[in-house]
Amino acid sequence: MTNVVELRGVVAVLGGFPALAGVDLTVGRGEVLLLQGPNGAGKTSVLRVCAGLLPVERGGGSILGMDITAQRDSIRSRVGLLGHTNGLYLDLTVAQNIRFWASTVGASRDEVSAAMQRMGLDGRLASVKADRLSAGQRRRCALASMIVRRAELWLLDEPHAGLDAAGRDEIDSVLRDAVAAGATVVVSSHELERAGALATRVVTVDGGTVRDGGGAR
Amino acid sequence: MTRGSVVRAVARKDLAVEMGSRVVINQVAPFALVVMVMFAFALDNEGILSRVAPGLVWLATLFSMLVVVQRSFAVESADGALDALRVAGVDPVAIFLGKSVALMVQLFALEVLLVCTAFVLYGVEPSPAGWAEAFVTMVAATVGLGFVGTLYGGLAAGARGRETLLPLLLLPVVAPVLIGATRATEAAFGSGGASVSEGWPWIGLLAVFAVLFGAAGSAAFGPLVDE
Repeated sequence: MTNVVELRGVVAVLGGFPALAGVDLTVGRGEVLLLQGPNGAGKTSVLRVCAGLLPVERGGGSILGMDITAQRDSIRSRVGLLGHTNGLYLDLTVAQNIRFWASTVGASRDEVSAAMQRMGLDGRLASVKADRLSAGQRRRCALASMIVRRAELWLLDEPHAGLDAAGRDEIDSVLRDAVAAGATVVVSSHELERAGALATRVVTVDGGTVRDGGGAR
Repeated sequence: MTRGSVVRAVARKDLAVEMGSRVVINQVAPFALVVMVMFAFALDNEGILSRVAPGLVWLATLFSMLVVVQRSFAVESADGALDALRVAGVDPVAIFLGKSVALMVQLFALEVLLVCTAFVLYGVEPSPAGWAEAFVTMVAATVGLGFVGTLYGGLAAGARGRETLLPLLLLPVVAPVLIGATRATEAAFGSGGASVSEGWPWIGLLAVFAVLFGAAGSAAFGPLVDE
């Protein structure tokens, strides 16, 4: 199995404090990796390093075959990160938001329509402004943007937070579809039972390091 | 994707945000008009008003620009969109140019409104050549203001107290535009006996400012928003 993520002894600093203290992690193509651990353990920092957002102070590795220190810009264009915010323009409608993200990568109208349909955002919701959406609908809109951007590595930070049961089920369904379509997913979550059911592997992040907690299922 | 198509997408998006929220139309434009009317009340003398009209137009433009720039970056940070653009690897030069173009369009519309207000309220009467020079002045000043506003808006976007920091950072930097645009507009309006030909060197200064900040912004915007 080709490794999509390979981190070797990665040390990263955030705001003058050590965020990661020597992380070793590999994620194979098509895997769904669950990062678990207490608050402040470094789960978000692992995701941000994988997204090319947090610079690596020491150590090295690759994301999608690209060097994490020298090719951060190239990494970003092939990775999708869903963090604590959704990256939406609240004064734009759902359709305008997704069309904008599609236009940054040259995605076609058909791809936009398919993504909106897949996320249940077609019909009446398409013309609703993002600031009128519920938390779950915003999440779906953000994931639709990730779909039209054709992200190969999905990095999701607490994707179930703030959603009702139906919204959580929908997120899980989208992730399964993404993996079936060839994406690799790394997800951090406190919802261990739910996220664990999706995951092909679970690792524990603690004190800025990663312990392999499960091995391949 | 070419850089040009991303520039167009970002500019279209920013203008669509304005059309969706109508903040410039419903709040900034009335604010600029109120500033012009207040100047008229404060100076209450037609001779003085027509003499200082160019300076008042550009001061009102700068004050309005502060609000528009704040707004331009507030929509980016409200739900982490600027972060999302960075994560998505969207070309930062294209983001800078696209946001600058959208800001220029909004500023130009405001300037047209302010010049028309000066025409009505302050009794300025430019010649046809003066109108042409005023138009070129507005274009050159707007391009410079668009670039510098976007650069400093990006710089302040992630900072604590950005609402107060932006005017502090931006106003001193745009002083050359205020001076150049005011002098060129004085020449265009014939204020204080100035002739149209006296305005062109100032327009040259505005063009140099625009080129400098276009280049500096293109180079610096990516690292700035990355920090």
